[in-house]
Amino acid sequence: MLLIKGGRVIDPASGRDETGHLVLKDGKVREFLGGEAPARFEGTVVSAEGMWVVPGLIDMHVHLRDPGYEWKEDILSGTRAAAAGGFTSVVCMANTNPVNDSPEVTRYIMEKARREGCANVFPVAAVTRGLEGKEMADFSELAEAGAVAFSDDGKPVENSLLFRRAMEYVRPFGYRILSHAEDSVLAGGGAAHEGWTARKLGIPGIPSAAEEVAIARDILIARQTRGKLHIQHISTRMGVDLLRMARRAGLDVTGETAPQYFTLTDAALEGYDTNAKMNPPLRGEDDRMAILEGILDGTIDAIACDHAPHEAYVKRCEFAAAANGIIGLQTSLPLSLSLLAEGKIGPGRIVELLSAGPARILRLQGKGSLAAGADADVTIIDPEAEWEFRPEEVLSRSKNSPFLGWKMRGRAAATICGGRVRHAAIAGVTADA
Amino acid sequence: MEWHRRHVLGLSDFHPEEMEFVIDTARSMEEVLTRDIKKVPALRGKTVVNLFFEASTRTRTSFEMAGKRLSADVVNFSSGTSSVTKGETLLDTARNIEAMKPNILVVRHSASGAALFLSRHVSCSIVNAGDGANEHPSQGLLDLYTILKVKGKVAGLKIAIVGDILHSRVVRSDLHSLGRMGAKLWLCGPATLVPREMERTGAVVTSDIREAVRGADVIIMLRIQLERQKTSYFPSLREYSQRFGLNRDVFSLAKDDAVIMHPGPINRGVELSDELADCERSLVLRQVESGVAVRMALLYLLAGGSHVAH
Amino acid sequence: MKKTGIKTLLDGKGVERVLSRLTHEIIEKNKGAGQIVLVGIATGGIHLSEVIRRKIQVIEGVDVPTGFVDITLYRDDLARAGYQARMKRTEIPFSIDDKKVILVDDVLYTGRTIRAAMDALVDFGRPRNIQLAVLIDRGHRELPIRADFVGRNVPTSRSETVLVQVEGAPEEWTVVLKEDPTRKGE
Repeated sequence: MLLIKGGRVIDPASGRDETGHLVLKDGKVREFLGGEAPARFEGTVVSAEGMWVVPGLIDMHVHLRDPGYEWKEDILSGTRAAAAGGFTSVVCMANTNPVNDSPEVTRYIMEKARREGCANVFPVAAVTRGLEGKEMADFSELAEAGAVAFSDDGKPVENSLLFRRAMEYVRPFGYRILSHAEDSVLAGGGAAHEGWTARKLGIPGIPSAAEEVAIARDILIARQTRGKLHIQHISTRMGVDLLRMARRAGLDVTGETAPQYFTLTDAALEGYDTNAKMNPPLRGEDDRMAILEGILDGTIDAIACDHAPHEAYVKRCEFAAAANGIIGLQTSLPLSLSLLAEGKIGPGRIVELLSAGPARILRLQGKGSLAAGADADVTIIDPEAEWEFRPEEVLSRSKNSPFLGWKMRGRAAATICGGRVRHAAIAGVTADA
Repeated sequence: MEWHRRHVLGLSDFHPEEMEFVIDTARSMEEVLTRDIKKVPALRGKTVVNLFFEASTRTRTSFEMAGKRLSADVVNFSSGTSSVTKGETLLDTARNIEAMKPNILVVRHSASGAALFLSRHVSCSIVNAGDGANEHPSQGLLDLYTILKVKGKVAGLKIAIVGDILHSRVVRSDLHSLGRMGAKLWLCGPATLVPREMERTGAVVTSDIREAVRGADVIIMLRIQLERQKTSYFPSLREYSQRFGLNRDVFSLAKDDAVIMHPGPINRGVELSDELADCERSLVLRQVESGVAVRMALLYLLAGGSHVAH
Repeated sequence: MKKTGIKTLLDGKGVERVLSRLTHEIIEKNKGAGQIVLVGIATGGIHLSEVIRRKIQVIEGVDVPTGFVDITLYRDDLARAGYQARMKRTEIPFSIDDKKVILVDDVLYTGRTIRAAMDALVDFGRPRNIQLAVLIDRGHRELPIRADFVGRNVPTSRSETVLVQVEGAPEEWTVVLKEDPTRKGE
């Protein structure tokens, strides 16, 4: 039994935002209590005064690199970083080695996560075998083994006919396809956003159109097939506009963005900093503003950090040769909290973006809410905590982040997964290893 | 002024005085090239390594000559014949060479920012001999020097640069050397090869070669690479040379004393007609001459001087 | 006793007389002005060599070929220079093969400049001989170099410097000795 007392319980899924106490028992949320905390309690008591108590955060775009690339990250280190970042669940992509296109790999991930993980791991399986974009994977078997959605992320499904078929086939089963929307031919081998900064540095550019054309295609096929679609890592203004249009047209299309796209622009590339190299690339200021607008007006459903760990030497080279991607699990929460400073959204919306939204999009039962009977996944957030993201704090195996050295405001004070404390920075509370 | 640079990575942060200082030094170097014994002992005992990851016989030979005229030991390393093809990273290759204690590395690489990257990881001086589509500082300086020799000044001149602006590091260095010295630059080429953002540099951007050349004092023609046609930047070389090639007819629109330049090698009949390439107003060979002198100046300034004393 | 401030060693008339004597010595030792060429060491020897040339013209009626050499690229201390030595010009628009080259400089001190100048000359050709004419010899040689023609011997200390001015009207020519603790030898 666990009692979290005195915190501000923010749970948009059940319409609650008030100070009170949360009781967890047998891995579930038992009840919410208002008024005074119970004088006596059999079990652990955690004081959350001055802090927020929210449904466990869910990052729906993480690369755990396990199996196959364990030197970059593995399920243990990745979920540890997640827990430290306040996440009780992560959704991992299929571009492992071997690719998660067979139930054996899916089961391996589920098993290892159960045994060693510090957070829930929900695997996403491939849309096409080997991510080759030629043949559909066995969706039903994969779903049965535990896959919660399908994506070829890392790559787009280039063949429009195949994409259509996949969307159409999985529709009756209610599965959603998560799309890495990129026209890779139009991207033309570029390494940075096609704009003034890339021109100045002489780096070949990736036009915004490469993402926009692909998002438009995906949405129109979703319209054609009435399938369920989710657009990953939106980085452009037109991308947000297209999502808004799809929403207005009543299509079941959801979308996510990552903190880097509303925090940084391509100006971060100065000096050929490879820690600013990612796909989709950091765009211009106008795109950044459009992402913020999309978050503010509800167009964007989720914030997912696209955690992409890479070892030092594939980033320690000339820009064109550097690998794409940055880690994000430990910085996603504070960067998202900075949205509050804009004054236009409240904590409830943040919780939606980081928890309730992902749970809804992927139909994760018992997640994203603190209603009685929900899983005991709780994140205690200290929104005022000031800290510096130093290299020593990085729990991921890789340290490729442009935010190293940044002064942050807000962090997870405790992360409770299934009733177990997985991370704690509160006096008197210790985490289970 | 005092020379404090340890590296020459690009002209983007060169003050006009620094560029003039290099040109002045190049003038003295050029005098050495007129003697019978074209050698001075200034860099005796120093080692210059030409680290070329991209093929280039001309630039490499020019740097090699420059080093040898100064009595330096010059060693050539070309990637085709070496460890890079075995998968060694740029950094590892450079560090291996650095362990042999050269004084100066002259680096050419296909990735923009490669020279800057190396300068952060090795301790010897780096001269950028061309990095991707970023800069080619010695070319920018030798173009400036050549124009000064012939026209006496650069300020106020109309200089047209015609060709594949998008992929050209020569243009970008020229924008710094010529533009900052007061020339009015016109950039001309197919719309697919001339990014609109270039207008932000103060240059005029056009796809009309007649407008670019009209009244120009200097016309710099750039080499068009065959691969660009294969990746659909323009329909064919024939079309390209009709629209963007310099021939007598188009050249007649320039000033009476206009000159023609080209960083080389020339595609005769494509961007530059045969007769114009060899006419008296073509400065191509003088550019080559200036090139050795400018490169001697750069090697000399990096090998001796205040930064070394520290 | 160390002198502070500036002391004039020669005024306009003094310099003129010394240079006239020097020129006569050059002509006498070489038995005329035939086969002589003058090479001034930049920058101190440039004007001096012009003055000597004019005097030879007056005395012998011969216009002796005169040029100047910049020794920056031949210095032995390039890497150690605390400043980047600015290059000057070299102009020797005539052949020095089989000629008697009179190297001209204003002040002879450690001798290193002269050594560099000889290295440079040898790259230009093969003179019959090289002779050295200096206005002032201030001692403190670090190499076995001696001048064939000396205007004046002036004992100095290392913290002093000798400044020669032979441009413009002869009345304004001077040689001064100055206290300069920053100098430690060239």
